[in-house]
Amino acid sequence: MGYYNLDHINFKHLVPEASQAMIDAIKAEYGNPSSQHQKGDEAREVLEKSRETMARLINAKDPREIVFTSCGTESVNMAVKGLAWARQDKGKHIVTCNTEHNAVIRSLRRLKQLGFQVTSVPVDKYGVVNPQTVKRAIRESTILVSIMHANNEIGTLHPIGEIAAVCREAGVAYHCDAVDSVGTLPIDVEGLGIDLLSFASNPFYGPKGVGALYIRRGIGLWNLLDGGAQENRKRAGTENLVGIVGMAAAAEVAMRDMEKRIEHYKSLRRHFLAELPKYLEDYLINGHPEQCLPNHISLSVRHVEGESIVLMLDEQGFAVSTRSACASGSLRASHVLLSTGLSFADAQGTLVISFGVDTTTQIIDKFLAALEESVKTLRAISPLYAAAQKEKAGK
Amino acid sequence: MYSKTVMDHFKKPRNVGEIEKADGIGQIGNPVCGDMMTIYLDIEDDVIKDIKFQTFGCGAAIAVSSMLTELAKGKTLEEAKKITNKDVAKALDGLPKNKLHCSNLGADALHAAIKNYEDRKAGKVMPDDNQEDKHEHDHDEKCYCPYCDAELGDGQTFCKSCSLSEEEPA
Repeated sequence: MGYYNLDHINFKHLVPEASQAMIDAIKAEYGNPSSQHQKGDEAREVLEKSRETMARLINAKDPREIVFTSCGTESVNMAVKGLAWARQDKGKHIVTCNTEHNAVIRSLRRLKQLGFQVTSVPVDKYGVVNPQTVKRAIRESTILVSIMHANNEIGTLHPIGEIAAVCREAGVAYHCDAVDSVGTLPIDVEGLGIDLLSFASNPFYGPKGVGALYIRRGIGLWNLLDGGAQENRKRAGTENLVGIVGMAAAAEVAMRDMEKRIEHYKSLRRHFLAELPKYLEDYLINGHPEQCLPNHISLSVRHVEGESIVLMLDEQGFAVSTRSACASGSLRASHVLLSTGLSFADAQGTLVISFGVDTTTQIIDKFLAALEESVKTLRAISPLYAAAQKEKAGK
Repeated sequence: MYSKTVMDHFKKPRNVGEIEKADGIGQIGNPVCGDMMTIYLDIEDDVIKDIKFQTFGCGAAIAVSSMLTELAKGKTLEEAKKITNKDVAKALDGLPKNKLHCSNLGADALHAAIKNYEDRKAGKVMPDDNQEDKHEHDHDEKCYCPYCDAELGDGQTFCKSCSLSEEEPA
């Protein structure tokens, strides 16, 4: 029996170009980019070339605006805490929204312990923030707005260009957690006017454990890691050169194939949504129908609980998730789904299905058949389903 | 994540369904906590002749319900009252720590069903009285904040320090 990955939001394979580049980098036995000798020069050259690739990926003007980190979470922590600390004399108020990733939520919670104030703005039923609401939330003491690009649970895209414009007008720094969209969708930090942008390598088929932060020139941050002068003095510590090389190689492929991949994802999504009613009734599709990640579907199957569907599908050879892996340690309904107005029961029955470059319509058809089977079994056990059927019969 | 016994009961749950004209019905939990369980009893001479369940919940909750029905079937009411949530978890060769509170409701549902039977016999409730859970959390464990694990009061879904909003802008 084959095993199919429909959980690409949480894990992807490496593109061959990235693994080859990493193997070559290991074999090259580069020195430390900070060293003054030849081995150091070689390493520095590779590092700076990778940095240029990252700058091209998000259209940063100057490669020196890119800092390599250990993951998307580190980038977010560095952006949010670093900016707050650097500007605390100007004010201690930060604006965010109700559906952020835990990296942002928990960084802000830490800042609240240190005396910062946070306003979290609501989202509409699609999970979209209204830029005008952000504008109204900004006050005299506001120093930072942190609102993500693609939501990791429902795939909804926020209007980050408009949010950036609101921030620019108010003279407030704008950080965007774009971990789940960079490398999948085109991002132009110059054109959009974003000040800080967090992203990571694994969402675009690069190695896990490498990320980067874009810091617009002139935006000062306190360092998260103090020590040596690496990364233009913005992040101390010896660089993970092999990982960085892999990230750059994956970014080259992502830029080359972006349009093709988006078309592929869109056709898979259309196929999935068109076929779904043949296999299932009584379900909800969450997130914005158009302004969303093209390879992402958030599906609430009514009257059953998500984890039990995930386990049954796993037995049948399909990997999907109930929400992002980062949050699955908690048992409660997702804060993102509840923020869009979903009931607890429907939120508990939510699956995240995410496609990859190797996903085919045949795999989706097989998956839908397995889903139908699993849901049928679980609904036969469910008291909520029994009650809903009785109610239907009564009417 | 789960023991072999849990997976076996999850994949092949025993005693699933509803007993028509059940002598006692117990319902516990609600979708806020993630799991909900209904137990139906058929009682003859104070012995559980038949027992069935319906469950909305994760793999653990379904396995717990299934194992509970196996433990309770054929027992006298006095014996069944002594079955604890711990006994059920033990019979399943353990449950993950984070599933020990909200998913491990089997014994509570069974005790509620027995109480319902006894109340009916005493004329305190009618058989067709609505058996909806009042979410009293009469099991030992409480509900916890999904983010920081702080204990929550009734009806709370997040703890105060974990709810980010200070105010909703107009």
